[in-house]
Amino acid sequence: MEKGRIITGCLAPHPPHLAYASNPQQNEPKASGAGAWQPLLDAYARLRQSLAAHDYDVLVVHTPHWKTRVGHHFLGVPHFEGLSVDPIFPNLFRFHYQLDVDVELAEAICRQAQAEGLVTTMMRNPEFRVDYGTITSSHLVRPQWDLPIVAISSARTYFDYSDEVGEREMLALGRATQHAIEATGRKALLLASASLSHRHFTEEPEDPEDPSFEHIYNPNQAQWDQHVMELMRQGQTRRLLEEMPDFIAQSVSECRDGSLTWLLGALGQAEIPATIHGYGTVIGTGNAVVEWDLAAQEVGA
Amino acid sequence: MSEGKVIGAYLVPNQALPVLAPEASPGWQSLAHSYAQVRAEIEASDADLLLLFSTRWVSIIGHQMQADPAPDYWVVDEDFHQFGSLHYQLKMDAEFASLYQDCARARGLTARTVAYPGFPIDVGSVATLQMLNPENRLPAGIVSCNMYSDRAETLVLGKAAADAIRQSGRKVLLLGVSALSNRMFGHWIEPASDRIHSLKDDEWNRKILELLGEGRLEDVSQLAREFHRQANGDSKLKAIWWMAAAMGQHNHYRGRVFDYQPVWGTGAALVGLQPTAKAEGGLEYDEDEVDVFVGDRNVLAPQPSKNHE
Ligand SMILES: [Fe+2]
Repeated sequence: MEKGRIITGCLAPHPPHLAYASNPQQNEPKASGAGAWQPLLDAYARLRQSLAAHDYDVLVVHTPHWKTRVGHHFLGVPHFEGLSVDPIFPNLFRFHYQLDVDVELAEAICRQAQAEGLVTTMMRNPEFRVDYGTITSSHLVRPQWDLPIVAISSARTYFDYSDEVGEREMLALGRATQHAIEATGRKALLLASASLSHRHFTEEPEDPEDPSFEHIYNPNQAQWDQHVMELMRQGQTRRLLEEMPDFIAQSVSECRDGSLTWLLGALGQAEIPATIHGYGTVIGTGNAVVEWDLAAQEVGA
Repeated sequence: MSEGKVIGAYLVPNQALPVLAPEASPGWQSLAHSYAQVRAEIEASDADLLLLFSTRWVSIIGHQMQADPAPDYWVVDEDFHQFGSLHYQLKMDAEFASLYQDCARARGLTARTVAYPGFPIDVGSVATLQMLNPENRLPAGIVSCNMYSDRAETLVLGKAAADAIRQSGRKVLLLGVSALSNRMFGHWIEPASDRIHSLKDDEWNRKILELLGEGRLEDVSQLAREFHRQANGDSKLKAIWWMAAAMGQHNHYRGRVFDYQPVWGTGAALVGLQPTAKAEGGLEYDEDEVDVFVGDRNVLAPQPSKNHE
């Protein structure tokens, strides 16, 4: 078997608003098209275009909306279908999903992560409802739903212990993901399903997509987001990781759910410049669509 | 129609394990047994509505009230999926949910009812209703726990519940679905050897239960911040703030601790509070008292609604 590899890693935020605004036939509510989140929809379109040039056979998603307090869990049933209703924004997201899971890869990551000393569990209950983070990021990156996915839960280590312990666990989980992909011969696309700054407004306009309402929660968040994106653009991965606990604390970042650090760990903390496909706010939170193109890096090398 | 009122309240656990697998652990078994006692007490009361505030239903856009008259679905716990699924068919008081929404808005809160087929009712509420109201003898209401709200906003949400209850003419039992200390074991344990995660958490839980046993709900409400800091309290103990505010912010209760057990390291208690004429002593009220919510502080942010105008 040929050695597997990570083709590309992406920061792929999951506000259900973006799935809603795309008006896919799977989603019950229909958006007005008023355009509040157009910069992010455009960013996802650019990402999809960029990914079209690549050949990959599985999406591996780390999601903040499957919150587990007993270690790291992995979907472990070959096929799921059902209705995902967001408990927070049920007015926007009631999505009928059907998806396949690459259980063999999930099991390989699960074993490898255990060997790294992490607490891991395969989720085998076929009635489990797949979370909206996994669905939204996967849908926005590849709306065809023609490839299997691996979905990894967000362990609460940052919250139950500390941000530093959480960071170390996520780097280890990233390493385990990388090794398992190599060992199973997969060509994988990795998705860190997370916003950057993450303080929300607690009210919503009549039309949730009203662009006159949408803006960043506060200037502190905007500045942190710009700073973090600049580090990504310059390929300063180690500095980004060093600053991550500050970023998390000062901008209430959703990176506290570990997805971005997992991704950077899986990419071997490579100091390669990322492409920022776009940035925009969703109900006050800061979101960037970012790509670390390892395949292009290899061609260029 | 005569005025409605709160006829009592219970603090109940936020975990489903005692429902999913009572036989796996003596503590969970004991809780299952104690639920039955509480259920008998509820059945003997003249309540006509159970109103839940659940820390397991987190909201961002203000406060959500469940208004689907007959939710019919299932829930699988995010951690404990191997213990099975909880299928539910519930009975909600949609009219009350709508009234509660209006009363919350009248006090400045953002609030909305939700009624969608397949809406994921949180595992804490489902477990509570299966144990305390298995035949849907009484209709229920559920209100969410806003992740950003602090004490002021939560008190106003509790007072809005009291407004709605008065106007509705209902006789209501409040159910605060919440752990006490909320530190969990982060690894797989043998359920039979479950214990409170740390001695410190245990000591704080027992102090809180001592006060609740004396009926001193307002004192516990005032202690909530300190408890949360010291013992990793569940969601700042917002369920207690909400209950205390909805019941009038005093200590005139007869308290009864039915049970206190560990569930995966957290402090799980079943406590009943009945209004009584006699006040328990030792009052120390020093937290803010708020009647109307004037909005998110947004110290650094422009007001979204103003921007919108
Ligand atoms: Fe999120």
